[in-house]
Amino acid sequence: MCGIAGLIHRGKTGEIGKEMTAMLQSLKHRGPDSTGYALYGSPKGNALIMRFKAAEQEEMKHGFHIHDQVKERKVEVEKRLKELGATIVSEEDATEYAYRYVIDFGGDKRKLANYIEDIEGVEILSLGYGLELIKDLGDAATVTDQYHLKGFKGSHAIGHTRMATESDVDIRSAHPYWAYPFADVSVVHNGQLTNYWGGRRALERKGHRFMSNCDSELIAVYLADKMQQGAELKDAMTDSIDELDGVFTYVVATADSLGMAKDVMAAKPMVLYESDDLVALASEEVAIRSIFPKEIDTFDPYEGEVRVWKR
Amino acid sequence: MALRTKSHDMGMHTERLSGRTQQRFFEPDEEENFTYPGAFEVDFNKRAEFDAAKLTPTEINHKIRELLSKGNGTIVMKNPGAKHGVAVGILNKLNLIIEGSLGYFGCGLIDGPNIRIKGRVGWSCAENMLAGTVIIEKNAGSTFGAAIRGGDLVCMGDVGARMGIDMKGGTIIVGGRAGAFCGFMMQRGRMVILGDAGKNLGDSMYDGTIYVGGKIEDLGVDAVPGEMTELDCQWLERKLKLYGLKAPNGVKNMTKIVAGRQLWNYDNLEPAEKKLIL
Repeated sequence: MCGIAGLIHRGKTGEIGKEMTAMLQSLKHRGPDSTGYALYGSPKGNALIMRFKAAEQEEMKHGFHIHDQVKERKVEVEKRLKELGATIVSEEDATEYAYRYVIDFGGDKRKLANYIEDIEGVEILSLGYGLELIKDLGDAATVTDQYHLKGFKGSHAIGHTRMATESDVDIRSAHPYWAYPFADVSVVHNGQLTNYWGGRRALERKGHRFMSNCDSELIAVYLADKMQQGAELKDAMTDSIDELDGVFTYVVATADSLGMAKDVMAAKPMVLYESDDLVALASEEVAIRSIFPKEIDTFDPYEGEVRVWKR
Repeated sequence: MALRTKSHDMGMHTERLSGRTQQRFFEPDEEENFTYPGAFEVDFNKRAEFDAAKLTPTEINHKIRELLSKGNGTIVMKNPGAKHGVAVGILNKLNLIIEGSLGYFGCGLIDGPNIRIKGRVGWSCAENMLAGTVIIEKNAGSTFGAAIRGGDLVCMGDVGARMGIDMKGGTIIVGGRAGAFCGFMMQRGRMVILGDAGKNLGDSMYDGTIYVGGKIEDLGVDAVPGEMTELDCQWLERKLKLYGLKAPNGVKNMTKIVAGRQLWNYDNLEPAEKKLIL
């Protein structure tokens, strides 16, 4: 059991950091192990935002030389960015092991991601013009405070509270997943995929990379593969209903869209609120209520249903 | 109730059956006026209101009992905030009005109250309900009325998947559309869907009746069309009128679904024998 949520402001920006925190905190009982956010701010020209981690939170507590290693890894990241012709416009240390770099880069993003992730312990959490993906251990309030997310403004967001069932309690197994190598695409999932290993093998043969053993990562990579072949987001999601096996409800976000898909058994919950200004969806209505003081009408999407909204 | 001896006659076993299915729980004469030990005497004209906004589900349920103990027969709950497990286990006559939405397992395990919910309900509303009425003015989530045994459960809007799964009695009425697998393993009772029904309707149903006013995506295993009789129409007219609902094309044009009973491979067996087979 995990909790997933999404929201999109139509035609304007909103306090998405604060709103998503309220939604995820109210879903804490569905998964207290880790919390993750994919927040979509306003793109600033060609500035590419790269969120990455150089170690797991647990490693920082127990490794003998981990603090020095993290510094060395960070220096290596900067060196490799320079080698590929990327200019670091600004950098922030969100935590001792997670960083936010704004870079000026016009080259091949897959090449950049592969070269950076070739450094031991380094994982790119997201790469995008609007997307910023933050995930860590603990509940929503903890992660929000740690990464100072309450003041984050933007158009849309997705989030996840995780109860680890299929893989470890660590950042790499936390959601959302970035749909490598596509800028600005992220996924959160509630459920279990039963054809994970078969699907993963097929996608790895095509050259896609997996950073975890979490079945949910398959959805992100699957959608990335479909879009790489030219499919529109909604078409890729519709195909996933037949091709992904198991029980699932997932939410995906791109630079300008928010989408949801539900398996043919409708075995995992999802509640929707839709208005002209805002669409909000979550595993439980209590999450949607957390951002609405007034009475609203909500409904459940049906089995095999795919919906996509533009901001 | 005399013990049945068919299985003895068949030579399946020799011991006397003394399990739960052989017990008599209620006197037939007291059925209409049955009250639980410790039930509160309430007056429907005595009304109380409370705000649930800052209460936990446990506190809300305790509050309802506290108001019942003071003789309030009509209780209005404001701002339930889609919390889970609210208004459960009420074994008392009561008019409960909920001004908002409920989360999961709302109104579960109830026996007797009349509840009106002015918002939406999440998954598994009124699960295992024994008697009373629950009316939802907006939509409902999946497993609506799972395993209900009696009473009327009414949703004016749409409901999700697996409505009335394992239902053993009572009536479920839906004003709008219903999702997939509704009536799965239904054993008794009646289900009325005024809008469209999703796939696998009535899958593996043992008994009971499903009426559909709209289109049926497809029928589940062993669910077959039945013949609408005058008795069916009269019952539907009367029941829908109670809740101010109407079949979109008239009750005579509704589709009736019943069990094909091809899966009844243990039809003639006693409970102990069924256990051997299952």
